[in-house]
Amino acid sequence: MSILKSKDNKIARFFINNAVPILFILFAVFAIPMADLSIEYLVAEMITRLARYSFLVLALLIPVIAGMGMNFGIVLGAMAGQVGLIFVMDWGVMGVPAFFLAIIISMPLAVFLGWMAGIALNHAKGREMVTSYILGFFINGVYQLLVLYSMGSIIPINNSKIVLPRGYGIRNAIDLVNLRKSVDRLIPLEINGIEIPVMTFILVAILCVFIVWFRKTKLGQDMRAVGQNMEVARNAGIPVERTRILAIVISTVLACIGQIIFLQNIGTMNTYNSHEQIGMFSIAALLVGGASVAKASIKNAFVGIILFHIMFVVAPRAGKTLMGEAQIGEYFRVFVSYAIIAIALALHAWRKNKEAEFARRSLRVDTEEAAGTSE
Amino acid sequence: MPDDILLKMKNITKDFYGNQVLTGVNMELKRGHILGLVGENGAGKSTLMNILFGSTVIKETGGFTGEIELDGKICNFESPFDALDAGVGMVHQEFMLIPGFQAAENIMLNRELTQRNFWVDVFGERLSSLKNEEMIKRAQKAIDTVGVDLDAKTLVSEMPVAHKQFTEIAREIDREATKLLILDEPTAVLTESEAEIMLSVVRRLADMGISVIFISHRLKEIMQICNELVVLRDGKLVKEVPTNETNPEKISEWMVGREIGGGPAREAPVKQTEEMETVLKVRNLWVDMPGERVINVDLDIKKGEIFGIGGLAGQGKLGIPNGIMGLYPAGGKVEFQGKKIKLNNPRFALDSGMAFVSEDRRDVGLLLEEPIDWNISFTVMQTQEKYLKKILGGLIKWRDDKAIAKLAQEYIDLLEIRCTSSKQLAKELSGGNQQKVCLAKAFAVRPDLLFVSEPTRGIDVGAKQLVLDTLHEYNEKYGITIIVCSSELEELRSISDRVAIVSEGRIAGILSPTAPLKEFGALMLEA
Amino acid sequence: MMEKIKDFLEAAGWPRLIIGLFLLALFITAPFVEVNIFTSLSDVIVRFGMWGILVLAMVPMVQGGCGLNFGLPLGIIAGLLGAVTSVELQLTGLVGFFSAVLIAIPFGIGLGLLYGILLNKVKGDEMTIALYVGFSSVAFMSMMWLKLPYKSPDMIWAYGGTGLRTTISVEKFWYRALNDIWTIQIGDHFYFPTGMIIFFAFMCLLVWVFFHTKTGTAVTAAGSNPEYARASGVNVDKMRIISVILTTVLAAVGIIVYEQSFGFIQLYLGPFWMAFPAVAGILLGGASVHKATIMNVIVGTFLFQGILTMTPSVINNIIQTDMSETIRIIVSNGLILYALTRTITIKSAKVKA
Repeated sequence: MSILKSKDNKIARFFINNAVPILFILFAVFAIPMADLSIEYLVAEMITRLARYSFLVLALLIPVIAGMGMNFGIVLGAMAGQVGLIFVMDWGVMGVPAFFLAIIISMPLAVFLGWMAGIALNHAKGREMVTSYILGFFINGVYQLLVLYSMGSIIPINNSKIVLPRGYGIRNAIDLVNLRKSVDRLIPLEINGIEIPVMTFILVAILCVFIVWFRKTKLGQDMRAVGQNMEVARNAGIPVERTRILAIVISTVLACIGQIIFLQNIGTMNTYNSHEQIGMFSIAALLVGGASVAKASIKNAFVGIILFHIMFVVAPRAGKTLMGEAQIGEYFRVFVSYAIIAIALALHAWRKNKEAEFARRSLRVDTEEAAGTSE
Repeated sequence: MPDDILLKMKNITKDFYGNQVLTGVNMELKRGHILGLVGENGAGKSTLMNILFGSTVIKETGGFTGEIELDGKICNFESPFDALDAGVGMVHQEFMLIPGFQAAENIMLNRELTQRNFWVDVFGERLSSLKNEEMIKRAQKAIDTVGVDLDAKTLVSEMPVAHKQFTEIAREIDREATKLLILDEPTAVLTESEAEIMLSVVRRLADMGISVIFISHRLKEIMQICNELVVLRDGKLVKEVPTNETNPEKISEWMVGREIGGGPAREAPVKQTEEMETVLKVRNLWVDMPGERVINVDLDIKKGEIFGIGGLAGQGKLGIPNGIMGLYPAGGKVEFQGKKIKLNNPRFALDSGMAFVSEDRRDVGLLLEEPIDWNISFTVMQTQEKYLKKILGGLIKWRDDKAIAKLAQEYIDLLEIRCTSSKQLAKELSGGNQQKVCLAKAFAVRPDLLFVSEPTRGIDVGAKQLVLDTLHEYNEKYGITIIVCSSELEELRSISDRVAIVSEGRIAGILSPTAPLKEFGALMLEA
Repeated sequence: MMEKIKDFLEAAGWPRLIIGLFLLALFITAPFVEVNIFTSLSDVIVRFGMWGILVLAMVPMVQGGCGLNFGLPLGIIAGLLGAVTSVELQLTGLVGFFSAVLIAIPFGIGLGLLYGILLNKVKGDEMTIALYVGFSSVAFMSMMWLKLPYKSPDMIWAYGGTGLRTTISVEKFWYRALNDIWTIQIGDHFYFPTGMIIFFAFMCLLVWVFFHTKTGTAVTAAGSNPEYARASGVNVDKMRIISVILTTVLAAVGIIVYEQSFGFIQLYLGPFWMAFPAVAGILLGGASVHKATIMNVIVGTFLFQGILTMTPSVINNIIQTDMSETIRIIVSNGLILYALTRTITIKSAKVKA
């Protein structure tokens, strides 16, 4: 009886812990037939999107380890990456060298932004997520100041194709013609007519190895300790503030590389928009994969990207079939992106409060029992 | 052999902003000996240990005078890390463990065994790889040395309290340098059988040549394992004796005994309570207040008496009023004036005619960001709808700011609250005046029964006497029944008609305030 | 004297002072760059009236201890429902305006209640969750606007596409219904929307009255120190819910006032970013995450809307570039960032002491 019960419990717990991914799988099962899309198309789409987003989503993992929640500040890294791309475009560098040059140029900027963000978040302990979100907006303003007003006027930009007709400021959309898919196609491979971006996946794999390895370093261990209990970590002599800043710096740098990979895959850069939604989409994807604010794994990242983007691709068409309206599907996916974050955050906060209460209640049982025996 | 002396503390003196907490303490500890450190709350035990352990609190508050000699060398620890390097380890009362980590990871926390790799040369030491297997082996060895049956791979969050305690000890042992271990009430949270194991572990450590300072209020344990013991009282070392030359009665006398003339004198006669009517009946009360758990309390409070509740900190005396007033989860039966009191419902308790001055002035007692008049009038306004003007036939209950200011002014005059006006913010007042505001808040509801917790904690001597006199006056003049919880026995004896001592969540006994001190001491220490 | 200056600086706060001086500088420069100061002033006053109540809607929640209301769009949705229904019923003028308000209020109460219950379950993380509750409710309503059975030809797409339009003109219904009461027009350039300002003042009065009642006092205490309030027999969770409902209803009323002056109802993703100017406004007025007063609302809204109105006209005329959007982003988010990172240090200092 008790074995059966514990088995039931295990299954129940599995469902509770994985409620979000399961919900999305159900959605996919229900909506894919409605959307009337070929499996080949879907698979090709998923492969493209995995190549596009994996690096960015994985960039979120390290701050989670350090207990700083979902780092909305990855848009800072994305902006740094775009600044690098602008310069590379200006200089007319081509292909894979352009890719690496962009990374090298933007890296110091990403480190600087990450370091600043880390300091700001250290001043906002316990509300890192709202703060990093607002930080993204704030730096976006500074980015506009730099790109829209300073480039071409204060900072020399010679390539007239990327400068606005008025003579300064970068154009809204830049065709990354010399960079498009340069990494994706470095090692060409096609299976059943589906193009596989091998090199990009190799980069993602390297990042995964890095994350696994990083967790087993001294710094990784320190981050875990800081993430679980800052006070204890501090008392053990771990430099808490510095460790937290490093977590954000690493995340920002990874996001910077991630954004460059993302844009080389897409092939055009919307100078003032490409980075804006990155934080939200990456975080929503990670949460859909079953991660929480306090715990996220590589597996969550990949499962999340696939499920979230199935929803993304399928929803407008399913909306059209179901409601006779593609628009409703568009709004549906916006709704889901935000709602999933809201729900995940609320559940986490609720669970945290409940756990504190539960810990106290378990004490209470002792008390009641003790009172019972003494009577 | 003088070589045997590991630790010498000479003439240690410390004050916190003019408030003398330690005066000229001298003590010695031999290698491999266990020293029991006993004393009431506030006797200076923790300050002494903080000095020894190099806690930053000490430095931040102006340092100390005196000399610490460890192993023949004079030490001046800038921080706990210096102390650790010199071989002083400390196990705190609240666990310094990371719950999601294994025992091994906690034992090796920030002292991990690492291996250099390529990236270390590029980015620095922190990128070196961890040697997990070796760490587990080494941690297991430390645990085995402690002599308990615990797998180094167990998660701390899944351990019983005793094992957490052992993990902490193992961590200290693993530092090869550790010569001296400070254990702050290590048995307080353990069950009896766990405590037994704990004691044998401590004994073992001593046999290995590690000296131990053992802080406990359980004299039985001290008698059982300590070689010597030191009694602190009011910041002075009262006694340093070998354990086998003394007995619990003597120790408790040393602990609570005051010099003649010290402490407030009792002026009013003690009321004879046997014949008086019972106003509050408490049966099987349990209260889940962290750090002040009440397990099973029965009490009968008589109408018009002042009832004192004493006992050491953490034993549960504060849990009693907090539980009855509904601030912490509680169970059991409470009857007030023949009416059953719903527990876990502050409003019900207030409506029944009880009021409470909390021990936690800053977090529970006051609205720090609001003016004095709000602080005083809020409770009575909310519970009794006083100081409100009804407009539109009671549809709008308008706060009567004038009446509130007048009420506040009355109490400011009555209790001599020093402030610029009734509009001054509560956070700007001194501790004593804040306490008077808390009292005024409780008096303003005109209760039949008043709980007062730690009425004089953190306030100066003059204010202390005034607070106690005010309580006494209200008791005499208006016949309010008052229940005072305090860590200061002298204070309870000076004001109460009866004094109960709480120990380990239960009433250890009820005494007349005129009973000899030694009897109080015995109840407090379960000797 | 030095002391006094120091006290003033401390009370005013650096951000407010800098922005205030900046605004003053803008007004002084305006005539030199051929910007009509009367038009500008009039614009500032109109925008002040439009945003006033939306900023005021921050006060109850902050006072109740739930932090800044990043979930403002939720209240706005209630207001939109009222506005759209009023147009559907073809109500015009003040009748149209007030019926929109009356219809919006029950929606505001209902949504506020649910929102309040949710926020009680996530104590400590209110602001982050409020942010996403706001966003997801806007996206959810976007689907609803497509499907809700509104029929008025003034609101649905004339051809192609179903559901309500993204922007609905209220010109035929209650455009400037409030603004035009006792309007003062001086010369060609100066226009004072008396009715709207009076209505804003009236809402401020209502909030002021609320915080002078027994319940309002309890809300303030519950926000100031929940433990104190509980020990005084106050149901803290209930007080928090009341504050959230009040906030939501104010936001609903606020958006209708905004629309009657603006002339359009903006549906779909329109309310998405509305919370940020309101939050920035009250922070600029000197409010913190824990305390906000009506004075903060008035000062903050005036300064913030002043900056937003004046920078495009003046700065653009000086440097011949439209930088207003960028400046808006930096100023408003900078202010919010300042508040988020500042209060924590104050709090930890308190704990230490």
